[in-house]
Amino acid sequence: MPAPTKMISTRWDQADGHTLDGYLRTGGYEALRKALAMAPDSVVDEVKAANLAGRGGAGFPCGTKWGFLPKDVFPRYLVVNGDESEPGTYKDRLLLERDPHQLIEGVLIASWAIKAEQAFIYIRGEMPHAQERMAAALNEAYAAGYIGKNICGTGWSMDVVLHWGAGAYIVGEETALIESLEGNRGMPRLKPPFFPASKGLYMQPTVVNNVETLANLPWIITNGAAAFTSFGNEKNTGTRLFAVSGHVKNPGVFEVEFGTTTFRELFYDFCGGIREDRLVKAFIPGGGSAPWFFEEDLDTPLDAGVVGAKGSMLGSGAIVVMDETTDMVKAAWRIVKFFAKESCGKCSPCREGTNWMEKIYRRILDGEGRPEDVSLLLDVADNISPGLTWPPKQTTICPLGPSAAAGALVSSIRRFPAEYEHYIVHGRPVDGLSTGVYRTSLVPVS
Amino acid sequence: MARFSPANLERAKELLSHYPRPKSAAIPMCHLAQEQDGYLTEDAMAHIAELVGCSNAEVYGTATFYEMFKFHPIGTYVVGVCTNIACLLVGGEELLDHASDSLGIRPGATTADGLFTLEEMECLAACTEAPCLQVNYRYQNKVTNEGFDRLVADLRAGKRTDIPRHGTLGAVRQSIPADRRAGVKAI
Ligand SMILES: Cc1cc2nc3c(=O)[nH]c(=O)nc-3n(C[C@H](O)[C@H](O)[C@H](O)COP(=O)(O)O)c2cc1C
Ligand code: SF4
Ligand code: FES
Repeated sequence: MPAPTKMISTRWDQADGHTLDGYLRTGGYEALRKALAMAPDSVVDEVKAANLAGRGGAGFPCGTKWGFLPKDVFPRYLVVNGDESEPGTYKDRLLLERDPHQLIEGVLIASWAIKAEQAFIYIRGEMPHAQERMAAALNEAYAAGYIGKNICGTGWSMDVVLHWGAGAYIVGEETALIESLEGNRGMPRLKPPFFPASKGLYMQPTVVNNVETLANLPWIITNGAAAFTSFGNEKNTGTRLFAVSGHVKNPGVFEVEFGTTTFRELFYDFCGGIREDRLVKAFIPGGGSAPWFFEEDLDTPLDAGVVGAKGSMLGSGAIVVMDETTDMVKAAWRIVKFFAKESCGKCSPCREGTNWMEKIYRRILDGEGRPEDVSLLLDVADNISPGLTWPPKQTTICPLGPSAAAGALVSSIRRFPAEYEHYIVHGRPVDGLSTGVYRTSLVPVS
Repeated sequence: MARFSPANLERAKELLSHYPRPKSAAIPMCHLAQEQDGYLTEDAMAHIAELVGCSNAEVYGTATFYEMFKFHPIGTYVVGVCTNIACLLVGGEELLDHASDSLGIRPGATTADGLFTLEEMECLAACTEAPCLQVNYRYQNKVTNEGFDRLVADLRAGKRTDIPRHGTLGAVRQSIPADRRAGVKAI
């Protein structure tokens, strides 16, 4: 039976793992000293050699992203994406709450490597406990000379600012995050012409990295890229944090070697199987945006390339399991509703389309579905993302609208057309299927 | 009250000093104003506009984008029940229904005594602890109907001192040494 591999979750069970004392006692800030003795470019090379992929969703190689910064343009900034709000995702909050110094050390190493003079840690608004833990850790690190002037006596100075949001999923998209950090409505920027690496925060060169991505840096610097790449497989190095929720017996967040463990092992060995020993009907392999997988995909490894080739994504490591009794129409509706609510409204296909799809779903669930509704859903979806392929084609500024169209909606319609038909003909789900009780009277009027 | 109190004005100025550009402090300042007054008043937004150097409309435009900001008085306790996919699958909607029945209000409304506002939330990043909810953004995991009733009774009885009133920020704030403040450096 596969066991968890702990690289970045080692202090989660340590009572004082979030304090400076607890961090220093377990080797904390040694990697920073080591990095500061290296040339910044050597740190970049080490991270490139480690082949560390971004953990925020897109999986872009971290070292390569850093390499896009234009030479000799200063000041430049590092922005840490701690907005975690993709449905099913639960890992960055744990890293922030239970091991804030590990992230700070990662931020410092990255800032040294890319020569950033200031870093911003953007934490989702609805997480005051994570903000408290991070604020306390930053205050400790400033007082101990790890942040600020003359860091560790090396003459290098830089600053880290804790920033927090106020509730908006779209702010997780990196250019929306930058807009929000500038004090604006969190709407994504049109790219091209500018990408954050050349013109990001305050139109200066900016790197946006996910919390989990940066949390890997102390380990990589301490143990070296070669040791890091000995975990996982060739293209998926190190470990990943996966949150497994839904209809498993023991939901949890697990750190496992990247690329080798399978979904089946995760569900049956780590999570104790499916509730009441039922069958898996469908599962979301990588967050609410991702197309669904089914029973025949259980032996797929948690390998970004393999999952991608099968038409979905590992995304943010958010796995949601649905057993054989699940009402697929309603489950898909909930995800579409999320996107309709969270669309920032900047592009018409997404703003209008997601809301139309949600309305059509709602009338189907209310027992007022029309015979043409399934093809209407697909038609609206196709207008947001032509062809309804994965990765989705974009008619919009960001991938939110296209994932609403080409994700859960298409997966559930293609796989379970009879469930939609049944709703439309009989006004209720197939007997025995539910996600609980749907009471229209309590749905707020939109 | 509505503009920043003298003590909060000092805090607001400190926030301003954390950023190279003043408008970046707008959202943290809106939180501070909401902490002071329980919601975001027009006077507070005007004060923030003065401090960050933009129009009132710009602050209003920013603030209205974000769900945590409220523009009218709201319950002392904002109870937010997650009904997104992971919670839905294990009873999140039933929990919201129960909360609704038990508080006697629909999502979005506030009880007559001004104590509770009920909200339907999107994924709270606690999916393995579903069904979950937050009271003023403080987590309650794996909530049963009975657990919900106990929570409400305890809140009414003032027994949950760990949950401050709506708008209250984290108890620990970042404090950057005076000579390391970006805003100060830039000026
Ligand atoms: C709609 C949308 C929401 C996103 N939400 C998040 C998020 O909550 N956290 C995150 O780290 N990345 C999120 N991303 C991805 C970011 O845009 C960006 O790719 C990531 O933060 C880069 O970090 P990484 O390269 O270290 O993964 C989101 C992207 C989109 C399109
Ligand atoms: S796709 Fe949707 S969320 Fe993304 S920028 Fe356009 S309107 Fe906003
Ligand atoms: S779906 Fe409810 S916390 Fe994630």
